[in-house]
Amino acid sequence: MERPRSSARTALSLYIHIPYCSKRCGYCDFNTYTPQELNSHNLALITTPYIDSVLKELELAAERTGGGIVPTIFFGGGTPSLMPAAEIGRIMKKITEVFELEKDVEVTLEANPDTLSRAYLDQLVVAGINRISIGMQSAVPHVLSALDRTHDPDNVIKACELVRAAGINRLSVDLIYGVPGESISDWQKTYQAALELPIEHVSAYALIVETGTKLAARIKRGELVMPPDDETAEKYLLFDDAAEERGFNWYELSNWSKEGGACRHNISYWNGSYWWGIGPGAHSYLNGKRWWNVKHPNTYQSALQNGDSPEASSEQLTESNLRDEFVMLQIRMREGIPLNRLSKEELNKVEKFRESGHLEGDSWEAGNLILSRTGRLIADRIVREMLM
Amino acid sequence: MPAISLNKAPQPSKTDPAQIRNFCIIAHIDHGKSTLADRMLGITGVVEARNMREQYLDRMDIERERGITIKSQAVRLPWRSGIDGKEYILNMIDTPGHVDFTYEVSRSLAACEGAILLVDCAQGIEAQTLANLYLAMENDLTIIPVLNKIDLPAAQPDKFAEELSKLVGCKPEDCLRVSGKTGAGVEELLDQIVAQIPAPKGSADAPARALIFDSVYDTYRGVVTYVRVFDGKLSPREQIQMVSTGVRHELLDIGVISPEPVSSAGIGVGEVGYLITGVKDVRLSRVGDTVTSYHNPAKEALSGYKDPKPMVFSGLYPIDGDDYPILRDALDKLQLNDAALAYEPETSVALGFGFRCGFLGLLHMEIVRERLEREFNLSLISTAPNVVYRVFLEDGSEKIVTNPSEYPNGKVAKVLEPIVKATILSPSDYIGTIMELCQSRRGTLGGMDYLSEDRVEIRYTLPLAEIVFDFFDQLKSRTKGYASLDYEPIGEAEGDLVKVDILLQGDTVDAFSSIVHREKAYPYGVMMTTKLRELIPRQQFEVPIQAAIGAKIIARENIRAIRKDVLAKCYGGDITRKRKLLEKQKEGKKRMKMVGRVEVPQEAFIAALSTNTDGESGKTKK
Repeated sequence: MERPRSSARTALSLYIHIPYCSKRCGYCDFNTYTPQELNSHNLALITTPYIDSVLKELELAAERTGGGIVPTIFFGGGTPSLMPAAEIGRIMKKITEVFELEKDVEVTLEANPDTLSRAYLDQLVVAGINRISIGMQSAVPHVLSALDRTHDPDNVIKACELVRAAGINRLSVDLIYGVPGESISDWQKTYQAALELPIEHVSAYALIVETGTKLAARIKRGELVMPPDDETAEKYLLFDDAAEERGFNWYELSNWSKEGGACRHNISYWNGSYWWGIGPGAHSYLNGKRWWNVKHPNTYQSALQNGDSPEASSEQLTESNLRDEFVMLQIRMREGIPLNRLSKEELNKVEKFRESGHLEGDSWEAGNLILSRTGRLIADRIVREMLM
Repeated sequence: MPAISLNKAPQPSKTDPAQIRNFCIIAHIDHGKSTLADRMLGITGVVEARNMREQYLDRMDIERERGITIKSQAVRLPWRSGIDGKEYILNMIDTPGHVDFTYEVSRSLAACEGAILLVDCAQGIEAQTLANLYLAMENDLTIIPVLNKIDLPAAQPDKFAEELSKLVGCKPEDCLRVSGKTGAGVEELLDQIVAQIPAPKGSADAPARALIFDSVYDTYRGVVTYVRVFDGKLSPREQIQMVSTGVRHELLDIGVISPEPVSSAGIGVGEVGYLITGVKDVRLSRVGDTVTSYHNPAKEALSGYKDPKPMVFSGLYPIDGDDYPILRDALDKLQLNDAALAYEPETSVALGFGFRCGFLGLLHMEIVRERLEREFNLSLISTAPNVVYRVFLEDGSEKIVTNPSEYPNGKVAKVLEPIVKATILSPSDYIGTIMELCQSRRGTLGGMDYLSEDRVEIRYTLPLAEIVFDFFDQLKSRTKGYASLDYEPIGEAEGDLVKVDILLQGDTVDAFSSIVHREKAYPYGVMMTTKLRELIPRQQFEVPIQAAIGAKIIARENIRAIRKDVLAKCYGGDITRKRKLLEKQKEGKKRMKMVGRVEVPQEAFIAALSTNTDGESGKTKK
């Protein structure tokens, strides 16, 4: 089904999902598969036909949007760094063919610290990658093992050096805290190590125990015990202090960056920009419609091979949906919400959080709702209070 | 066969009073009254075997399920005596068997000349049966002691014949032995009813006087009023008048029950039947009132009429605030059938809009609540039941308190609370534990008698408030279920009472205020604050929970402020899921109640009001 091409060209961020990992981590509920799960020992045999399908969906996306202007591209997963650089190159080539890249396009690839080599990174640069996000998670071996991560913490340092040496200056690491068995000092060790790295961006996520994961099962069985929420809150505040001290400012409640280092791709999710997710299970958002693809790579590929859309389902957002999402997402951002975007009733409801110090008082006076450090920790509650 | 077919039997309004016997059955729940009644319907032929269903006379589902009779009913049974071979009409008036309905029982008894005292001869007499027996004896009824369930292996007819004979003042061998289940002895019982119970007396020429002993609302026919005629006659299309209310009605239908309603040409002296006037509200046709002729009214009403007076109060609130109008309509409808149910609108800061309801007692309360939930599909929260207090202030004024949150703060000169006389029957092994329980509930021992070698009757005076708490449960658990309890209000007494308020962040939660004896205030405060600390989720600020008497804090707990309530990740694929969760939470928010600034989930109220963590200090709804 073809949409009419719009005359003004739309800005469209692209997310490319690489649904493969060499091994599944215990906490992960992402849509990803290991070679064993797909009954193959050779990942290359799987990936080439998969990338073919990705190229097809890119063509479909370009057709549907009339080939918009692409400000950001994000290779996520899964473990995109498992892909041969040539496959990443094929994807980038297709994108440049069917879309127009913005001049300073941001192209991020998520990488496992163990899989990076200088040669590989050089090839990625040639392919067009200009930002790397490394899954560091922790610097403490017993925390990594609780998460089922196998990398050697020292590899992170090496990986970062390799990335910089390859000429990629835009570098980020992901951290996870609030992990079973992780003490306050474990966490301090982790973020101190991270903040020493030659990076411009860091994401720090409190662990979410997703139902159906191995981690959830182990907690249920009592093998692992989640640390109390109060302690996890304490860890957030410790990190926020340390990050700000090193010149990393928060711009979203789990993301900190040095000047100019914010991830533009992720911001597009929060500020209502349009984005197209390529790959199985990927979500997309365009013109008030959100849809998501079929989940399994095989179903995904056969749909595209048959010339069909891989869309599994969709929703058309109502005014009220859009408004809820605006508040829910915008409040996570440092810019916050201009008070004139809130109704009188919402202002009344949220006033108490200003009194309790959960909102920044100065910004409030200046006409913006911005979460304070303690407010960020209860952002979901503030949204509920405000919208209900 | 001594049964007579209905059309050949003496007809209503044309039956000589000498041929009539009016009787009721006094029995405890489970002692087999309904089974015996069923058997009588079968033997006299008014219900054919193929139409028989168990507990034929119990109309409401709840009654049948609980095996108890809430409302009485009267059945006309034709019977040819096996002794003199003559035809008789036996009117069996079914009586309610529970402590809450003493007044209704007394009116049913007033409609009879005799009573069958029915006792399960595996269990012996129970406290309520004893109370009703005394009531029957005060009404000068002829008592026929009957031991039921003689077919049971555990039956001890000799032992309990001894017990009954002492109570009734007859010889042990005068106690009849029957089995409602097998029918053994039932024909003989019917013959003895004819032989022993006196025929009704009354003047056929005097202005009509009929006693209302029951009044039931029927969706199709309006109020069905059950009466026993003492003087004169009531006829169809006649104008009648209710003496106490002065209301005038036309008799649209009149008849007898055998056991389905059958219209008749009227009912005369000594007869029992039903009246239909088209009124829609049982309060216009009150139990105990006298029906007379409008054009030829009796000068004097039959004695004994009383307004039903609620003794136990509780706030009923819909869980979904939108259901308030449904609850109001439901109470209106239930009241059509239940003159004893009182209610008025009430607003609770914590629970929203609801009603303060007055009940005859705890069972009455439970039945009403269950009917509201079952028949009207309502989900309700009820506050802990309380009694009515008369509070005298220092300035000499008086205040009636039916809701603890309305109890005046300070300046109280004295408080009167209702007092009951409680009778407990129990195996003598439990005397110690029963006395301990009653003592801990501010009881005063009134006396103790042995009914037989190992069964004892213990009499206590107790504040009703103590019984309303969890007395039944405690008594039953301490005596392994063997003890039975009956109580009747005997007046008021001054109590050393205080109101304990529960405060959340300084704001009183009206639904948790309770009037307790001074010595119980501290345990109550500790129990409620501890319970609430566990039940109320953490807020964005610290929430102190306090128990207080006036301005004095007697117990305190703290809910620490929540520090973390956010999901760390929210990227493309998370947005839809997160928004849907938010929408779901919006729905859940409706079930949140605000106490001051504190948000309390309704589940917390329900749990705090209904569970009991500590039997002794705790208050429960049962």
